[in-house]
Amino acid sequence: MTDLLTTLFDPFSYQFFVKGIIVATISGALLGLLGVYIVLRGMSYIGHGLSHAIFGGFAASQLIASSWYMLGAGLWGVASALAINSVARRHRIGSDAAIGVVTTASFALGVALLAKFGNRGPSFDAALFGSILGISQGQVWALIAISAVTVVLGVLGYRALLFATFDPDVAQASGVNVARTDAIFVSILSLAILATLTVIGVTLVAAMLVIPAVTARLLTQSFQRMLVLSTIIGSICGGLGMYASYFANVPSGTMIVLIAAGGFLIALGLGPAARRREASSAEAAAGLVSGPVRA
Amino acid sequence: MSALLRTVDLSIAYQRDRPVLHDVNLALDGGEFTGIVGPSGSGKTTLLRVLMGAIAPPKRQGRGQDLWQGQIQRRPGLRMAYVPQLETINWDFPVTVFECVLMGRPQHGAHMRATPTERTEVMTALDRLGIAHLAGRHIRELSGGQQQRMFLARALTSQPELLLLDEPTSGVDITTRHAVLHLLADLNDSGIGIVLTTHDLNGMAAHLPNLVCLNQRVIAEGPPADVLTAPVLEATFGAGLDVLTHLGMPVVVDSGSGLTSGGQAHD
Repeated sequence: MTDLLTTLFDPFSYQFFVKGIIVATISGALLGLLGVYIVLRGMSYIGHGLSHAIFGGFAASQLIASSWYMLGAGLWGVASALAINSVARRHRIGSDAAIGVVTTASFALGVALLAKFGNRGPSFDAALFGSILGISQGQVWALIAISAVTVVLGVLGYRALLFATFDPDVAQASGVNVARTDAIFVSILSLAILATLTVIGVTLVAAMLVIPAVTARLLTQSFQRMLVLSTIIGSICGGLGMYASYFANVPSGTMIVLIAAGGFLIALGLGPAARRREASSAEAAAGLVSGPVRA
Repeated sequence: MSALLRTVDLSIAYQRDRPVLHDVNLALDGGEFTGIVGPSGSGKTTLLRVLMGAIAPPKRQGRGQDLWQGQIQRRPGLRMAYVPQLETINWDFPVTVFECVLMGRPQHGAHMRATPTERTEVMTALDRLGIAHLAGRHIRELSGGQQQRMFLARALTSQPELLLLDEPTSGVDITTRHAVLHLLADLNDSGIGIVLTTHDLNGMAAHLPNLVCLNQRVIAEGPPADVLTAPVLEATFGAGLDVLTHLGMPVVVDSGSGLTSGGQAHD
C-alpha cells in the first residue's frame, strides 16, 4: 500500500514536474474557457491554422537571432489571429475562409524563407510541441497573469460578449459595441495563445481550444454551464494528462489530447441523458418561479 | 405630437449610383402599427436596419460619406427593440429560453447571473406571452410560434416604445401567423408602436392598420384599403396585380397568373 502511494506521488518529488502539472492545468482551463467562444463563433480551425501560421514567424525570427525563435513564433501567431479577425470583419468573408487564407500564406512564407536561407536555429519541433518541462518562472507568471485578466474581462464583459456572439446585429442595436467587444476578445485570445504556445506547443493549443468546449456543449444546453464545464474539463485534461504522461512515458502533449479525446467520447455517450436531466430540473425551477405551470 | 423616429429625405446606396433607398420620408409617432411591404431588394430590410440603428451613417468624413444623404432623427432616450427574422438565428447556440430573453436587459455591468429583479422581469415577459413554462428549455426545442414569442419576450424586457420586426411571419404556418398577428395587435393596444416588414400581402399586410409600400422610394402610405390598389402594387412590385374585395378586405391576386399564360410571379 505504501509502495503504491509512493509510486503515485513519485512525480511530485520532481519540481520541474510539479511546475509542468500546474502550467498544464492553468493552460487547459484558460483555453477551455476561451474555446467556448471559439467553437460558437465557428473558428474551431484557428488552432490548426495557427500551427501553420507560426511556421512563418519561426522561420523569420530565427534568421534574426536563433534564441528569439519562440517569441517570434508566438508574436507571429498573435499577428495572424488579429489579421484573421480583421479580414473576416471588414470584408464579410467567413472566419473559416479568413483563417484558410492568412495561415496558409504565412506557412508558405516560412517554407520560402527556410528554403532560401536555411535553418540556423533549433528545430521547428520545439515550437510545434512546446517544452512543458523546460518552462521558466517568467513564463509561469505570464500565464497566470493572462489567465487572471481573461477571467476578469470575461466576467465584466460576460453579457456583451454573449450577445455579440449569439446575435451581433441585434446586440449592436441594443447598445453593445460589437466591434470593440470582438477586438478585445481577439486580443485576449492572442495573448492566451502566446502564453500557452511557448509552453505547451501549438498542437496542444489547437486541441485544447476545441475539445473541452465541444465536450461541454454535449453535456449542457445552457451557455453559462458550458463556460464553467469547459473550463473545468480543460483543467482536468491538462493536469491529468500531464500526470499520466509520467507513467505512460509518452510526451505530455500527446497524453493530454488523448485524455481530452477520451472525455469527448464519454460525453458523446452521456450527452443526451445529461441534457434531458438538465431540462427537467430547469423546468421544475421555472415552474416554482412562475407559479402554476401553464399548458 | 413630435415623432419618436423620423427619416428626412433619406437616400442610401451601398455602391455609387445604385441607391437602395431614395428620398424616404417616414415619421413614427409611437402607437402606430405599420407594415413595410415591397418585393425582395426593395430596401425594406435596409430601412428597418436603419431605423433600429444597425446601419448608421459614417462618423468620419471621407469614404462612404457620399453614399448617405438626408437624416435620421431619433428622440433622445427612445427605447426600441428588434425582433430578428427566425431564419437568421443560429438555433444550435447553447442558450436556454431564459438566457435568451435575459439578453434584452442592459448589457453592461458584471452580472453573469440574473438579479432577482431581472429574473422577475424575464419571467413576467415570458408569462405575458404564455411560454413561462418553457424558460429552461433549449431554444431549438420550441416550435416556430414559440420561438417568435421568445424573441417578443426578449424585446418586451426592455420596455420598448417602438418594436421593429423583420418578416415576423416568414416560415411559420397559418395558425402561428394568426397568433403572431393577434399578439402584435394586443401589444399595440397597450401602447407600443410596431413596425414590421412583410412580403405577405394577403396573410399579413391586408390585416394591418397602416402600410408603407416601398420600392427604393415610398410609393404609397396609408390603410390597406387605400394603398392596396392595382396602380400602387404595379409601381411597388413591377408586376401586374389585381385587387379583389372579400368580406370588406382587399385581396391581391396575380393578374394573368400561371406559367402557361406567361404571367410573372410577384415575389
